[in-house]
Amino acid sequence: MSFVPGQPVTAVVQRIEIQKLREGENLILGFSIGGGIDQDPGQNPFSEDKSDKGIYVTRITPGGPAEVAGLRIGDKIMQVNGWDMTMVTHDQARKKLTKKREDVVRLLITRKSLEEAVKHSKGSHPRQ
Amino acid sequence: MDHKVQATRSALHSSGDECTGRFTSVHWKSADTDAEMSRTWKRQRACVHVWDPFFLDDNWGETTTAVTGTSEHSLSQEDIVRITKDLEDSVGLDCRRYVTRSIAVILGLLVFFTPLAFLVLPHILWPDKQQRCETACEGLVISVAFKLLILLLAVWALFFRPARAGLPRVFVFRILLAVLVLLFVTSYWLFYSVRILHSQDPDYKDIVQYAVSLVDALLFIHYLAVVLLELRQLQPCYSVCVTRATDGETRHYNLGQLSIQRAALAVIEHYYCDFPIHNPALLSASKSRAAKHLAGLKVYNVDGPGNNASAGIAQSQSRAMIAAAARRRDTSHNELYYEEAEHERRVRKRRARLVVAVEEAFTHIKRMQEEEPKKAPGDVMDPREAAQAIFPSMARALQKYLRTTKQQHCHSMESIQQHLAFCITNKLTPKAFLEGYLTPGPTLQYGKDHWLGRRWTLISEASVTSGLKDGSVFLLKCVDFCLVVTSRKIPYVQMSEEYIDPKSHKFVLRLQSETSV
Repeated sequence: MSFVPGQPVTAVVQRIEIQKLREGENLILGFSIGGGIDQDPGQNPFSEDKSDKGIYVTRITPGGPAEVAGLRIGDKIMQVNGWDMTMVTHDQARKKLTKKREDVVRLLITRKSLEEAVKHSKGSHPRQ
Repeated sequence: MDHKVQATRSALHSSGDECTGRFTSVHWKSADTDAEMSRTWKRQRACVHVWDPFFLDDNWGETTTAVTGTSEHSLSQEDIVRITKDLEDSVGLDCRRYVTRSIAVILGLLVFFTPLAFLVLPHILWPDKQQRCETACEGLVISVAFKLLILLLAVWALFFRPARAGLPRVFVFRILLAVLVLLFVTSYWLFYSVRILHSQDPDYKDIVQYAVSLVDALLFIHYLAVVLLELRQLQPCYSVCVTRATDGETRHYNLGQLSIQRAALAVIEHYYCDFPIHNPALLSASKSRAAKHLAGLKVYNVDGPGNNASAGIAQSQSRAMIAAAARRRDTSHNELYYEEAEHERRVRKRRARLVVAVEEAFTHIKRMQEEEPKKAPGDVMDPREAAQAIFPSMARALQKYLRTTKQQHCHSMESIQQHLAFCITNKLTPKAFLEGYLTPGPTLQYGKDHWLGRRWTLISEASVTSGLKDGSVFLLKCVDFCLVVTSRKIPYVQMSEEYIDPKSHKFVLRLQSETSV
């Protein structure tokens, strides 16, 4: 999940599609985000590299749309509906997620267990 | 004086059989002068087992031997004279001091009268040839007079102070300065006698200017003396660590560049102020433990005599002892722990009793105000009588506390009463009165027999007039104990500066917000 400045970021990502739930006037997704390029990366408990200023999932409402869709706490959000989330401010990220006109958000998220799963599968079946 | 001593001694012995335990007696009250006090004090030392008012339990014999070793001797006239003589310096050291002092005085007089002689001699030897002394010349004569006066005062201030100590070797810088002054004055006299006296120079102004230059140069030599003797050692250069060999008390001091003997003198002066008094009674516990370690093992030589060389036997014996001691399960640490805990508890209990007794005793005394109506003369007491009146109520608790902390030989009853009278006079609280007994203080605080007439021996591998160096070690031996002094150089400090612009103090907030979507 760490990156070298100037080089393209490579990560194993999972595609998650969340249907927004209507509660009264608001459309909610059922999770909380933290991080951003204007925030302090050292206080992020979920990141491996403490200088990573990406957007992370910090809380998931149990039974909410995010949990149902398969989002887990500690996931790093790489893209939202095609918009990049690795170099945005906190407020920009919030805006991209809470657009009133969209009912569905398609996220690309990455987590450590994904990489390990890929490594495991590569290792057990070499050169498939 | 002899019969007076004998008579009082017999009086003491006779009344001692009753052993009433009275605290006041005729012979203490009559001690008015200092000499009288010291004589009565010495008699008390000899006959303490008679007059000890703390005759409360059967181990008064323990008190006798603990106070002083001379209690079993009988004092005679010669002994008193010998004791008095021991307290002053011996004859040899006195002789050297007088010789040095007389040389210094002669040199001083020579130096002082030389300019005067320069001025006066032409008038005496050839009065008819002299020119009159003009204004400038008179001004110079006045300046010579005042400079000489200043020189006199300065020399008196620097050199004629009471000697603090007798050091083993001579003071190198003083010798250097004396030689310099002597050379200087001699060369001036030579020049004077050859050029002026011989040729009978009539120009008086030249002679006066010559005398002025001599006095100026002497003032500069005095400045050199101040710098060498006083100023040079002020800047701290070495840190010395002083450890008392018997109980490990350690202090650190900063000294400047001194010779080893002067550094030793500075250390001794600090010792008298800072180190708590040396108490040999506190060391008996560790000595008995050490004796027990050695006594536990016995080595038998099974092979019989004459088998090996004696050195081989001794070595193998000691090795066998060390190995056996290492293997043996030693429980002396357990004993030490419980003994110390028990002792601590006992000391605290006695201390609590003592504090309460003293506070209660102090409440019995009230300072009489001037405005109060005059009471009967029997009621009004001076501080000494007041101290003697309240002392019995706290005497037992104090004696028990001093015995528990093994300090009873440091404080005589007379000194305790004197201290009590002093505290009453100066309105000290009971806590202030007790402070001297609860914590051991520096050596000078106690009676004169603890520090008067102490001889210190300086033991050093380097020459004692050589300077103090990094890592130099020397010992200061006294009768009972030894001080080990090591010196370390204070490191050279390389300091650099960093400038901080006051406008550069700026701050940002570190956020970590969490938004739910």
